[in-house]
Amino acid sequence: MLTPEEWGIVALSLKVGGVAVLASLPLAFGLAWLLARARFPGKVLLDALVHLPLVVPPVVTGWLLLLAFAPAGPIGGWLQNWFGVSVLFRWTGAAVASAVMALPLLVRAIRLSLEAVDERLEQAARTLGAGRWRTFRTITLPLSLPGVIAGVVLGFARALGEFGATITFVSNVPGETQTLPLAIYAALQTPGGEALVLRLAGASVLLSLVALIVSEVIARRAGRGLHVL
Amino acid sequence: MSFDVDVALRRGEAAIVCRIESGDGLTVLFGPSGAGKTSVLNMVAGLLTPDIGHVRVGGEALFDAAAGLDLLPERRRAGYVFQEPRLFPHQRVRANLLYGWRVGEGAVDVDETVGLLGLAGLLDRWPRSLSGGEARRVAIGRAILSNPRFLLLDEPLSSLDRARREEIMALIERLRDELALPILMVTHDRGEAERLGSRIVEI
Repeated sequence: MLTPEEWGIVALSLKVGGVAVLASLPLAFGLAWLLARARFPGKVLLDALVHLPLVVPPVVTGWLLLLAFAPAGPIGGWLQNWFGVSVLFRWTGAAVASAVMALPLLVRAIRLSLEAVDERLEQAARTLGAGRWRTFRTITLPLSLPGVIAGVVLGFARALGEFGATITFVSNVPGETQTLPLAIYAALQTPGGEALVLRLAGASVLLSLVALIVSEVIARRAGRGLHVL
Repeated sequence: MSFDVDVALRRGEAAIVCRIESGDGLTVLFGPSGAGKTSVLNMVAGLLTPDIGHVRVGGEALFDAAAGLDLLPERRRAGYVFQEPRLFPHQRVRANLLYGWRVGEGAVDVDETVGLLGLAGLLDRWPRSLSGGEARRVAIGRAILSNPRFLLLDEPLSSLDRARREEIMALIERLRDELALPILMVTHDRGEAERLGSRIVEI
């Protein structure tokens, strides 16, 4: 079906998407918690900033990432000085781009599931002697978990499809930053690449479909109050 | 003195003012719906902060606006039975009962409490499969097993049919007489108030 080289592209896509979502999960959870529970000035602005990658042209997001992660940029300079690494033209850069693009979806899903946790249950836990951390660990987290998982799967599907920000930020380097969408784009530019396009597009649709179905099933089970774990 | 409460809280247009000085046994906080009875319980439990005043239970200060004292809810050791059972839906009855269970001095005996409340047959059930009366009994058991220094009962008899009311009422009388804990109970039913209360405070 797929050649080893094409499997490599699929594997790279899964790696980039997986790392992107798992690495941004703690940040997404923190942001979702702030937006769901905390009151502070500038909350509307933070909400808008988190959602920005959803509406800004991906090429703009990619360009902004390029400015930030360039060797002289604010984040790139810091990475260079402290760790001697750069994400430019590396798969880690592709993961950064995917993470930024998936973040709004993650935050949204987690925020909704946190808002759905009945705060009266948390109050009950407090009166039973549980401090804030134990209440979070034993009540808030398990009750919001289905939404978190659904968000992770959805964010992962989004990360798999990331194109504009990735190609602008880390270019189209085969074996390093060339994920499925980028490989399809490259094949389209090549005369006689139609067969390859067809196979890669098939793999892409299949992966996305599985991720969406998993996300939907989990969300529905959560909606019925069933336990997913 | 078991409950020594003198609190005031402004909420928009309305103000909740309450003063309770009671001896041992069960004190009933009685008044019409919307008078702020539940808010008073929340202030005693530490879930709501009064603007001014103090809350002392059994001689220990839990809140004192003048002294800047405001114990966290988890430090007050209130056995709070809310108006709704508030059982944790992702835990079975057994885990719910043991959520606040403390090992150590004066710990309540689990088997004894399970027996007293007739919960033995419910331990492996999920909260959503319980009837209203069963859920309320579990909530009472969970509060007692947290080894509280006092009990707060918010309308423990509401939304129960006659047989269940009688059962829970008898249970509260047993708790009052056997556990010797100070109990503060909210109700809007005068019959309940007169039958159970050693002292009735109107709000």
